[in-house]
Amino acid sequence: MQWESISDFFAMGGYGLYVWGSYIVAALCIVIELLDLWKKR
Amino acid sequence: MAVFFFLLASILTVWGLYVGFFVAPTDFQQGESYRIIFIHVPAAWMSMLIYLIMSFWAAIGLIMNTRLSSMMAHALAPTGALMTFIALWTGAFWGRPTWGAWWVWDARLTSELILLFLYIGYMALRASIEDPRRADRASAILALVGIVNVPIIYFSVQWWNTLHQGASVSLTKSPSMATSMLTGMLVMALAFWMYSIAVSLIRVRRIIRDREANAAWLSDSSGVQ
Repeated sequence: MQWESISDFFAMGGYGLYVWGSYIVAALCIVIELLDLWKKR
Repeated sequence: MAVFFFLLASILTVWGLYVGFFVAPTDFQQGESYRIIFIHVPAAWMSMLIYLIMSFWAAIGLIMNTRLSSMMAHALAPTGALMTFIALWTGAFWGRPTWGAWWVWDARLTSELILLFLYIGYMALRASIEDPRRADRASAILALVGIVNVPIIYFSVQWWNTLHQGASVSLTKSPSMATSMLTGMLVMALAFWMYSIAVSLIRVRRIIRDREANAAWLSDSSGVQ
């Protein structure tokens, strides 16, 4: 385990913006694709 | 069947993210920023793989004149574009702290951007042609011409002196990364793969339904006359 605490985890060693900026946008893309497929059902 | 692939994708994602965030150690050069690779590399791999499969189905549709293969190609394009976008976006978010720039006109990045334009062009061309059979053929030719870009992306880091780092994983040499990092990346790649199969299966079903409905309506109206 690399993390001392939850805030440590979110900070990502100072790279929080970049790591979470990547993951959140990727997750959003997938949600949008799934919503679009759902809409066309 | 799509449900099965969604389930697999979900399980693999949980496993892959667990390994990626809680098992894999901090990179001694890149710190925690390297954790972006657990989605960046799988998305980049899938962007190329989906293009190859899309072109394969498009070619079969063109040569054998089979409608279903063209519909498969059609169904893959949006997911391929999505994977390409994720690869570019996460690459920018990794490049900024690592190289000090969101974007550079490096051979790897530029050819991946061309891949995004190829997917968008493919979809735009399809959308612009009303007759689905003509759209199948025209877009297949576009897909097949664009296929030269895939080896360019893949080998760009060897052919040119790119800012983008070389491959950490290849078929010919042992990987230059910690085992847990590699595990996380491969599990996530498998998760992205299963996800792509699941959404493409659902999308092709929608496409078949829409095209068949159209055909049924056409035969109905001709029956009236």
